Amino acid sequence: METFDIIFYLFALITVGSACIVVFSKNIVYAAFSLLFTFFGVAGLYVLLQADFLAVTQVLVYVGGILTLLLFGVMLTNKVISVDMKTGTLHAVPAMILAAVVFGSLAGLFYATWSGVTAPASSIISTARPIGEMLMTGYALPFEVASVILLVAMIGAAFMARRPKKL
Amino acid sequence: MLTEFGRVFLFILIGIVFVAIGLVVAWLLRPHRPYPSKRTTYECGETPVGDTRMRFNVRFYVIALIFIVFDVEVVFLFPWALVYLSLGWFAFFEMIAFLTILFAGYAYVWRKGDLEWDRPAPRIPRYERGVGVREARLTEDEIAV
Repeated sequence: METFDIIFYLFALITVGSACIVVFSKNIVYAAFSLLFTFFGVAGLYVLLQADFLAVTQVLVYVGGILTLLLFGVMLTNKVISVDMKTGTLHAVPAMILAAVVFGSLAGLFYATWSGVTAPASSIISTARPIGEMLMTGYALPFEVASVILLVAMIGAAFMARRPKKL
Repeated sequence: MLTEFGRVFLFILIGIVFVAIGLVVAWLLRPHRPYPSKRTTYECGETPVGDTRMRFNVRFYVIALIFIVFDVEVVFLFPWALVYLSLGWFAFFEMIAFLTILFAGYAYVWRKGDLEWDRPAPRIPRYERGVGVREARLTEDEIAV
């Protein structure tokens, strides 16, 4: 799978490269826009993993929604835009320990499941139908709980962003 | 052999190449003689004032938040729409329950007036003795709107 590898590394490069810009950019608007490419690259990786529904969801929700919200958040705060972001290091030792723990657990997970990886099939079978069947049968309760979580998010966000009533 | 997503990828690739060729060819062909007033932002002949990045009304943020909630709801609707015919009434009422819970949130934001747009208060110019007609000054709050 020569083409597959090339496309994989292309998306990996887009994801990691733009994520680096997000982290190291001093201008928060540039950081927010390069997050667009990070989300997009992750969507591409999902496609390569044959998770087509997840990929479309990633584009629809993260690229289409979350990023718009993030840009609004950046543009709403006029102090942040004009000031350069500090990208220095704070709490280096705890951060290193935390990063090492996360990396270690991810690497452990990777090597534990490594043998199960098979070559990708030549055609994509849509995962939307199995996801729908599982949501409606085995995972009915998490599905309903998800709507409650969305409700809480909506009411909480609307409550916090509301202007205090002028008397 | 191309998969469906391979075609999507091809479209994205062609889109990028199309724009890149247009810009590069234009860059090669055009004369390059900049001077300061040519490089300013085009503002219909006016001199641009202030920063491009202005503050937005906080309403945009609330609307975007509500949008995302219903965006996620639509994501759940897609797999349901594929299977509900085969799963029958149970799946139907499951989705009705899901939608009802979200609709409660919608009713809440509607009732609380979060979907209403904050309009800036009208500024009525007033006449002052010895000064003439004076424009009412914008407050900081109104500039943001």
